[in-house]
Amino acid sequence: MNTLLLETKGLSKTYIMGQINVHALRDVDITVNNGEFIAVMGASGSGKTTFMNLLGCLDKPTEGSYWLDEVEVHKMSSEQLTVIRNEKIGFVFQSFYLLPRTSALENVELPLLYSKKSSAQERKAKAMQALEIVGIADRSTHFPNQLSGGQQQRVAIARAIVNDPSFILADEPTGNLDTRTSIEVMAVFQQLHRQGKTVVLVTHEQEIARYANRHITFRDGRIISDIINENPADARVDLKNLPLEED
Amino acid sequence: MSIFGIIKIALKSLTRNKTRTFLTMLGIIIGVAAVITMLAIGQGAKKIVEDQVSSMGTNVIMAHSNFSGTAVRQAAGGGNLITVDDVEAMRDLDGLLYASPVYNTWGQLKYEGKNWRGSIAGVDADYFFIRNMSIAQGELFYGSDVENGNKVCVIGKTVADNLFGDIDPIDKVIRIRNIPFTVRGVLTEKGQSVMGHDQDDIVIAPYTTVFQRLLGRRWRVMSVIVSAQSKDRIHLLQQDILDLLQARHRGTTSEEFIVSSQTELAETANEVSNTMTILLASIAGISLLVGGIGIMNIMLVSVTERVKEIGIRMAVGAGKRDVLLQFIIEAISISIMGGILGILLGFGAAKIVGNTMSWNIAVTPWSIALSVSFSMAIGVFFGWYPAKKAANLNLIDALRYE
Repeated sequence: MNTLLLETKGLSKTYIMGQINVHALRDVDITVNNGEFIAVMGASGSGKTTFMNLLGCLDKPTEGSYWLDEVEVHKMSSEQLTVIRNEKIGFVFQSFYLLPRTSALENVELPLLYSKKSSAQERKAKAMQALEIVGIADRSTHFPNQLSGGQQQRVAIARAIVNDPSFILADEPTGNLDTRTSIEVMAVFQQLHRQGKTVVLVTHEQEIARYANRHITFRDGRIISDIINENPADARVDLKNLPLEED
Repeated sequence: MSIFGIIKIALKSLTRNKTRTFLTMLGIIIGVAAVITMLAIGQGAKKIVEDQVSSMGTNVIMAHSNFSGTAVRQAAGGGNLITVDDVEAMRDLDGLLYASPVYNTWGQLKYEGKNWRGSIAGVDADYFFIRNMSIAQGELFYGSDVENGNKVCVIGKTVADNLFGDIDPIDKVIRIRNIPFTVRGVLTEKGQSVMGHDQDDIVIAPYTTVFQRLLGRRWRVMSVIVSAQSKDRIHLLQQDILDLLQARHRGTTSEEFIVSSQTELAETANEVSNTMTILLASIAGISLLVGGIGIMNIMLVSVTERVKEIGIRMAVGAGKRDVLLQFIIEAISISIMGGILGILLGFGAAKIVGNTMSWNIAVTPWSIALSVSFSMAIGVFFGWYPAKKAANLNLIDALRYE
């Protein structure tokens, strides 16, 4: 499991806003191995979102290098990055970002639609399998507005894993959810992690970060701490201990 | 993604907003229907004019006196009135096949208890050959009838129906302005003219008889109808007739006679109907253009409304090309579907117009091809800008867009 997934060297991002240069990210060096569960933390403005955008190939660095699966991502054109996003990265967003008036199954199929590899039948089978993994296969025909927040986030996670990406990149995935649902979603991530998936989780909540095996903290565009969490919390245990809410 | 998949996605998002899609389409539907209908009406009018011109006969030249404008003052003494002698003189002209004087008048027609008011033409026996008239029943009258001023006539279908009904009109005696005429025959039906004038509502009699019995001493305009031996002689013959008339009427100018040919008439009529068609089609074209702008407008709104959707698609692997194609295909689908519905509507409208005006209206294949390709072009043209806008969205901004 200790094979190298990604490596950044001197990764920097500078935004030019009129006369002022805003250094959102400065000289970030990091290595991530396959099978890690990382929580990226920091206050707002710390650079963690910029870091996530670069890691997710949503944006390009101003300086520095980014190797993903032994590919020099920082040298790629935006069209090539589209392919990388499609094949190697599974996104989970804070507000789910499911397509409205589109069934859960079709939402999950979306990344497969944009990769040429599979037939309609294969797509459906893969999407169904992903929905089963996150435990929501029985809602496959529902539209997002017919699902609860937790269910929508599960669909989004299913969409993230459907193309079997190199890692899952989750941006505040519990930000819009209540405590119980948050822990349920974290249980899903932990389950995926146990199955060998690499998860990079961006959050500002200590409570959520507890479930990850490694904590990286940003401040002012730099990494200020990078520590291994020896005893990550188990979401399944927490769920059992959490008193059921009375209706 | 394959183009097929993109088409699927585009169609799906169109069906997600059916009302809006339909309303957008409506602009194109009306535009295409208008183009089709207007072209059909133009074509129909042209066809009627053509039929009308050819129903006049073959290689026909007409001559009559000009009583308008300055010519009237110059010809105050009636020096430019065409006479029967003029017509006789014309018969010797090179290239002339037939010639006949034409006296036109109106009169009360009577057969037993029935009355009908019809138009009466006094002509020579050659008139039938000039105008390609054939007989449906009975027979024509002949040169001898004209020479002797016999009180015989040939009637059109409308006159026959109104005076005789089911009775056989042949050899019956009708009264034209109380003068008895024997019906020799009934003409083959010709139908309506361009102006809606019934060409079968006519009584044709020898001009000698009409002149002596019906017009008496009262002066009537006479015109001459002539046919040339062949098409290429028409122009020359026309000039010869004008020269002859001028020579025989001393002191007259060429403006005092109007000598026109069928080909001239056909050309003028064609020009008029072409201008009409272009006018109608360009007005319809403008509505198609407005429909296209409607598509662009809605597509722009749709792009703004779906910024987040575009962001999501790009995040999970949609390239610029995929997004561009999706929006262009949406625009093209709207315009093509609108085009197809517009063609159907145009067909219907053309049919209705054709039926109410009893025109033979023809929707030509090229007008369909024209409007389909035009509406497709509109889809591409007006869909391009919004699609480009969608494809060029910044991914991060799109995802953060609220």
